[in-house]
Amino acid sequence: MKRRKNLAIAALCLAAVCVHLLTLLTGTQFYLTQATMAAYYGLVIIGLGALMGYAGQISIGHAGFFAIGGYLAASLTTRNLAVFQETWPLRGLDALNMLKTGQDLSGDLLLTVSPWAACGIAVTTAALIALVIGIPVLKLKGHYLAMATLGFGTIIYRILLASPYFGEADGISEVPGFTLLPAMGTLGPIVVSGDAGLRVVNYYLAWGVLIVGTLLLLNLIGSRVGRALRSLHSSEEAAEAAGIDTSRFKLQVFVLSAVYAAIAGVLLTHFNGGIGPSEASVMKSVRYVALVAVGGMTNLWGTLLMGVGLTFLSLRGVFGTYDDAVFGMILIFVMLFAPEGILSLRLKLFFQKIFLGARS
Amino acid sequence: MNGSGDGLRSELEQVPFFEEAMLELQSVHKRFGGLHAVNDVSFKVAPGSIKAVIGPNGAGKTTLFNLISGNLPITSGTIYFQGSEIQGKKPHQIAHLGMARTFQNIKLFHGLSALECVMVGRHVQSRAGFFAGMFSLPSTWNEERAIRERSMELLELMQIAEFAEVEATSLAFGQQRAVEMARALAAEPRLLLLDEPAAGLNIYETAEVARLICRIRDMGITVLLVEHDMSLVMDISDEIVVLSFGQKLAEDIPFNIQKNAEVIKIYLGEDDAITA
Repeated sequence: MKRRKNLAIAALCLAAVCVHLLTLLTGTQFYLTQATMAAYYGLVIIGLGALMGYAGQISIGHAGFFAIGGYLAASLTTRNLAVFQETWPLRGLDALNMLKTGQDLSGDLLLTVSPWAACGIAVTTAALIALVIGIPVLKLKGHYLAMATLGFGTIIYRILLASPYFGEADGISEVPGFTLLPAMGTLGPIVVSGDAGLRVVNYYLAWGVLIVGTLLLLNLIGSRVGRALRSLHSSEEAAEAAGIDTSRFKLQVFVLSAVYAAIAGVLLTHFNGGIGPSEASVMKSVRYVALVAVGGMTNLWGTLLMGVGLTFLSLRGVFGTYDDAVFGMILIFVMLFAPEGILSLRLKLFFQKIFLGARS
Repeated sequence: MNGSGDGLRSELEQVPFFEEAMLELQSVHKRFGGLHAVNDVSFKVAPGSIKAVIGPNGAGKTTLFNLISGNLPITSGTIYFQGSEIQGKKPHQIAHLGMARTFQNIKLFHGLSALECVMVGRHVQSRAGFFAGMFSLPSTWNEERAIRERSMELLELMQIAEFAEVEATSLAFGQQRAVEMARALAAEPRLLLLDEPAAGLNIYETAEVARLICRIRDMGITVLLVEHDMSLVMDISDEIVVLSFGQKLAEDIPFNIQKNAEVIKIYLGEDDAITA
């Protein structure tokens, strides 16, 4: 069991390297940009997969958590805070060397938060909001939970769209790169940014984050808490009788999935150099849910592969202007013909026949 | 009322009480709107005994179980478990105090193997938390192995070890029942509530269940069961409580219950031709 997990993770690492080499050989390195973005979206999707597939709690508001992460990172690293210079939060950040000073076009002081601090604030805020929203909302079940999370997503979307601080319909642009590690010796710096020269570094960084995220979730699912989550999925009553604090575990996994979404939001915003309100839209949330369903609710690998694969195609513009329509169609077909996910389809039998001979 | 965190302490402080009764109900009431489902029921369950609750359909037996295990809030009354009050506590808190239960309509977990279902039952006996699990900390490895081994032993005790890796919900009815029993035992409870453990079983399987329940009692676990099957109840129970329309009709040893005129009346009807 454990060995199989490690093997699969190793295969995923290998696949990431192979994709890179393939683009090198075919001279299509520009594909790496979308592969990087797809990996970050993949992080949102596997986090949601843990919440929906394993703990059985639906959320149609995860684009909201993604946007909280992305927008806070973007605004804190771009908006001038010079007027607040003497307030205690900024003094505190300054003492921790977490502020960045510069000059704006007219030569005045430009004071912004450094990306590391902004990332910390953004992810913590998303986690806290998830906690506060989750406590009342997770008491609901099924359709009611779906409606409540949908409401949450809509509120976030509308706030972002209405607030001048968050750039209203334009969103926030010119977000600086996020220097994770400064240059050391012969090694270049590791910066999350869309700079063409950093494309390969960013590709590996994104996939590294995704693979680590996957590994942590796989660990969780196989653990005592993971069993508790899977058990409360089918019978909260029986899980409670076994001593499982169902509301607490539901809340924990809800916050975890929100943190995954927020981290993805922060990193993708720095990579893209900006974020717009469409990232918070309900269509995005629905798409994440659809991708979890396509991958197979209780199949993290299916969710990962389908999520990243379809997002990549969508980002490459394969579905053209019919993008949302295609995702809607996929959702309908999956629900009709493969409710346990695409990977559960004949493929498994097919591979069994190839590798083990026709036994069944 | 005890807080959630001091359950263990209050349990230790009140050890003398629990010598008296493992479980004690004092005038417990439960109303659903106008329906008085459980009406002024009081009884005690002695440690190490097997006590049965019987009664016709709709007598309130399962409701009573749900009140004891915390699945339903009680309207009024007091329930003592090992000397401490448990009414108002959540089911998982009561489970942590040492009470486990099975369900009349089996509640196993979809997508989990039989072994994993039993491993879920070990929850109260283990402690690995969210982050320990996520990072697969070395401290969890031994615990995880112990959980697996102990669960496997219980499947062997139930004679279903060969189905350990089979998805629990796809097993035969009797085997599912065994998995549920193993899951309850995995918690190493002091008190085990069995809700109709013989429902849907044939006479051979029922006899098997009877032997098993006695064996559980011999392991030092107090058993409270709800059952329809009279042969099972009369054979194994130390004491029987009879419920009718939510009220306690009688409480006695099986021999006396069998001769109790009122009990015979509610089971066989009021026709003079029969009682005469």
